[in-house]
Amino acid sequence: MHNRREVLGHSARVSLLLAAAGLLPAAARANYDAKLFDLKTLPEVAKALGGQAPVESKEVALTGPDIAENGAVVPVGVSSTAPGVKKLLVLVEKNPSVVSASFDVNEFVDPAFNTRVKMGQSSNVYGVALLADGRVLYATKEVKVTLGGCGG
Amino acid sequence: MADPMRIRAQLAGDKATVRVLMNHEMETGQRKDASGKTVPAWHITEVSAQLNGKPVLSAQWGPSVSKNPFLQFSIRGAKAGDKVAVQWKDNKGETRTDEAVVS
Repeated sequence: MHNRREVLGHSARVSLLLAAAGLLPAAARANYDAKLFDLKTLPEVAKALGGQAPVESKEVALTGPDIAENGAVVPVGVSSTAPGVKKLLVLVEKNPSVVSASFDVNEFVDPAFNTRVKMGQSSNVYGVALLADGRVLYATKEVKVTLGGCGG
Repeated sequence: MADPMRIRAQLAGDKATVRVLMNHEMETGQRKDASGKTVPAWHITEVSAQLNGKPVLSAQWGPSVSKNPFLQFSIRGAKAGDKVAVQWKDNKGETRTDEAVVS
């Protein structure tokens, strides 16, 4: 039985070797980015996505309740009218990991998504759009939570 | 095998509005059980959708998406009778695919 540290170290080395050799297929690299979900602030997220400093914009719309009675199920919607949206993200500022969901936008799908997220406490929620030219636009809304959805 | 998703794809003009309700625990890895041990994280990490086999959506999710997640999106250029397939994959490597017909 390997312990966690060994296994993690080993897999990190293997993926480094693969990346160095250019063996990692493009699909695998574009896939799940676990690091994105460890980030704590919006500017960090914008940087990790390869975008510029985030700017508040009316071209991104965020829908959500003013007061959420149950933090475990907070309906949020994010959409953008800006041209060339590559990704849309939902961020909850005071959650342990700030990124909730990231959607890739292409020509076959509308840049508008609705989902439900968990919120540990009252916090600002961000809808973030990454544009093809590297600009990062966001909209924000404060959602008050009367019953937390994390922990407990 | 996890429980099936509920998918509805409704045509509005040339767009299909797809609503998906997935069945998943979505454990954050933050909660503790009665004996004080942390419940390990178990959540959906990747969601993708295809229209007639053509990829139209891919999303990456963190643990803070709600239990039994709901997702709504619109596919452009859809017609009645088109097949919409939705897949998810969780951090334990489990996957589930379900299909619906645009109506």
